[in-house]
Amino acid sequence: MLTKRIIPCLDIKDGRTVKGVNFVNLIEAGDPVILAKQYAELGADELVFLDISATLEGRKTMLEMVLKVAEQVNIPFTVGGGISSVADVDALLKCGADKVSVNSSAIKRPELINELSDKFGSQCVVVAIDAKQIDGEWIVHLAGGTLCTELNLFEWAKEVEKRGAGEILFTSMNNDGTKAGFANKALAKLSTTLNIPIIASGGAGTVQHFIDTFTIGKSDAALAASVFHFGEIAIMDLKTQLRENKIPIRL
Amino acid sequence: MRVIIIDYGAGNIKSIQFAFKCLGVDAVLSNDIDEIRTADKIIFPGVGAASTAMKMLQESGLDKLIPKLKQPVLGICLGMQLMCNTSEEGNTIGLGIFNVAVKRFNNALKVPQMGWNTISNLKSSLFTGVKENEFMYLVHSFYAEICAEGIATSDYGIEYAAALQKNNFYGVQFHPEKSGIEGAKILQNFLNL
Repeated sequence: MLTKRIIPCLDIKDGRTVKGVNFVNLIEAGDPVILAKQYAELGADELVFLDISATLEGRKTMLEMVLKVAEQVNIPFTVGGGISSVADVDALLKCGADKVSVNSSAIKRPELINELSDKFGSQCVVVAIDAKQIDGEWIVHLAGGTLCTELNLFEWAKEVEKRGAGEILFTSMNNDGTKAGFANKALAKLSTTLNIPIIASGGAGTVQHFIDTFTIGKSDAALAASVFHFGEIAIMDLKTQLRENKIPIRL
Repeated sequence: MRVIIIDYGAGNIKSIQFAFKCLGVDAVLSNDIDEIRTADKIIFPGVGAASTAMKMLQESGLDKLIPKLKQPVLGICLGMQLMCNTSEEGNTIGLGIFNVAVKRFNNALKVPQMGWNTISNLKSSLFTGVKENEFMYLVHSFYAEICAEGIATSDYGIEYAAALQKNNFYGVQFHPEKSGIEGAKILQNFLNL
């Protein structure tokens, strides 16, 4: 049986992890390669690296980091942040990334999704969607959630699927950072109306939140950052408890 | 040992190279017919669409070479599918090494299947040291049907062949290079053949 995936997300700036990471016995917490290896050993099913570098130099460093991660980590990983062309993706995949995630660039030019899935296959194209519920309606935001668009979450999600996205990473801005649980109602709607896997993001705080997003939210995978980085939830404990709750999980 | 990864412009081969490097083997990318013919072990990778990949193989003459190879050949993911008779993906005629058809998963499921699934009914030295129901990483929309040449099965709405073998030809639907320590065991077993 296909299992649900647990995905730690690492924010990277100029080749270093940004948000504090608080692993026990970990000396070099800023090195994404060491962290990635550690997460793979701790039972993470996949990893996401989000590049928040603003400079060209930072982006070059990202490619070097991807190459090192691919060399040392033998689980799949996705790279996102600032990807806007076929050439960007080509460079990342050549360095060993398994998937890429696009967000703002796909909103600005939706054809990008078609181009990427035609050239590289939909299996490596993740479309990240940040959305916020305003007056009952889920509105897509871009540029890290700072700019409001006119797109409805469910319509946009349908469109990206049609254009060849292989997966959707949905972050609820209402839930992100709250540690009060994932946006399960919206997730369930995405998961039942679309035919591609949905990754839940934003709101993870407790083990129960993960149970809920896989059952009520019908998510295929769940992504989180701080609860893992700060050791609030140990991945193996989480996975054991998920399995005890009859959720298919890799242990 | 000379390990060659067949280069026909298909997908992400970096991870395969790195996985072999961890096993102490330098896997070299090549599309040179003589180099491939004389290698000790051959990896046939593939990511993307079946019809496009077949066209690329035909243009380079690799479609004639691969079925005649005598040394151990390991097809991975689309590589395995291309070694089959046919694929529903773009109605493609494959290399015909494995006597089985490749079909698309039912639309009632999420397609592609993406993630970790178990492999069972293991029956090949390719799986030495790998236990029944071990998890492997898979990303695919098409599958090979259960058949006589199957050496492992998996289940995604339907039971399908997760690995195939005929003589010196091996194929795995999953990505051993992305399946952690257990996947590395399978690559090591292939090197040991």
